[in-house]
Amino acid sequence: MKEELLVTARGNELIDPSLHIWTWEVAMYLFLGGLTAGVMVFAALMTVLNKDEEAPFAAKRLALLAPLVLSAGMTTLFLDLEHKLFVYRFYTSFQITSPMSWGAWILVVIYPISIMQILSTFRSGYGFFAGFADRMTIGREILDFCERYRRQIAMVAIPFATALGIYTGILLSAFGARPFWNSGVLGPLFLVSGMSTAAALVALIARHHSEKALFTRIDLGLIVVEIALVALFLINLATGTGQQIDALQSVLGGPYTLVFWVLFVGIGLLIPLLLETLEITGVSKKLAMLAPILVLFGGYALRQIMLDAGQESSWTHYDTQYNSELLERLHEENP
Amino acid sequence: MTRFAMVIDTRTCIGCGDCVVACKTENNVPEGLNRDWVVEATSGTYPDLKTEFRSERCNHCSNPTCVTLCPTGASHLWKDTNIVLVEPEKCTGCKACIAACPYDARLVMHPDGYIDKCTFCHHRVEKGMDPACVSSCPTRCMHFGSLDDPSSEVSKLLKTREYKVLSPETGNEPNVYYLL
Ligand code: SF4
Ligand code: SF4
Repeated sequence: MKEELLVTARGNELIDPSLHIWTWEVAMYLFLGGLTAGVMVFAALMTVLNKDEEAPFAAKRLALLAPLVLSAGMTTLFLDLEHKLFVYRFYTSFQITSPMSWGAWILVVIYPISIMQILSTFRSGYGFFAGFADRMTIGREILDFCERYRRQIAMVAIPFATALGIYTGILLSAFGARPFWNSGVLGPLFLVSGMSTAAALVALIARHHSEKALFTRIDLGLIVVEIALVALFLINLATGTGQQIDALQSVLGGPYTLVFWVLFVGIGLLIPLLLETLEITGVSKKLAMLAPILVLFGGYALRQIMLDAGQESSWTHYDTQYNSELLERLHEENP
Repeated sequence: MTRFAMVIDTRTCIGCGDCVVACKTENNVPEGLNRDWVVEATSGTYPDLKTEFRSERCNHCSNPTCVTLCPTGASHLWKDTNIVLVEPEKCTGCKACIAACPYDARLVMHPDGYIDKCTFCHHRVEKGMDPACVSSCPTRCMHFGSLDDPSSEVSKLLKTREYKVLSPETGNEPNVYYLL
């Protein structure tokens, strides 16, 4: 056997007995960031594919949610910072090797794109408020400009929003020191999950039946892809290094097993998959409202579970307190 | 780049913890927090047991992931050496560097909200002195110096003795060595 014991008290709050530096604030930010990405992609896609008739909400009104959701996410992220006065330091340098730095700058690009996206459909989507803008020459000109370039704006929004969605995953997977996150699949997984939550949101709040149906179908497809990515993620860790295999145990029998399989895979993926299938095939529409709510819940659960299980996974394991089991381990035969 | 290293003899270390106290005193480490610590590693099956004491701290890695993942440049290398420092005025307290260290060595969140860590006592090194932990060790099991100088004590020890570093598989190229 081998035991590693701390003989001088360390008790450094954020790492002992195991690393726990980020809580719900960061999970919420990752969730809202992914949702923003999905919202922008769908608003843009509906424009590019000329779906104004079929999906009026997504094409004309959805974009408004992007900066609101993103701002909420940035607020929770800000809450997590320990040195809040120095938050501006994100913007006094660009660190090419740090995904967080990339993220900070992507956000700077996302805001103006998203505002232009809103303005390009402001008259058709929010006629009442656009009326105020139209009373001023400058307001009129800006709206005219954005409407004229609506397609182009949408084309620019798609790659940047996609980058935002992927970044929320890369942010975690870049930490080689945390074996549970060390999988390239996290980027695509978080992107698809973000798009799925956005599709669910549209299915939830769109009024037209045809639009609800369209986004339910889209969401169903995304859930299937997400299940495949989750499987790839698990396979990736299971066939990885010793550290990754160890880390994986936290969802295969370890402390996160129940929440991962029941809350995320069961309630967040499989049940919505079933409900949406029933809805589309016309078997039962009774629970149509429930599926998107569960998808949104699953999206958040994915971030929170990944964040928690990931930060606890580590290369180093010390027993920081006296533990009677250690004595027994000394008597064990070598494996 | 000057590569500073610490070489610690696990055969003479008795795990007294004086290095920990010396660091706290020298660097005014906030109450309840520590920049270095001592590990007792026991292996074998009773009664054939082997115990090793290791005084651990930040490894001032040659490939420091805490620096590469810091979004603001607050985590940086001191004056073209491998000594990893944090500039409090640039630190946002985002904690990315804590997650980025495979040795969980980047542990101290200063009560004021920025990251505080082992500095290899660069303020002493600058004056040609050893870090406080090294100077205070009663068994003289710790050694400090430059690996670029083949005649330095640390270079000589690594040439003549068997040694290891912690988890070399991390790829971080740690610079705290343990003599076996
Ligand atoms: S031991 Fe950790 S904190 Fe120290 S330089 Fe290496 S990665 Fe950074
Ligand atoms: S907590 Fe400070 S030093 Fe650490 S990564 Fe964030 S900004 Fe850099």
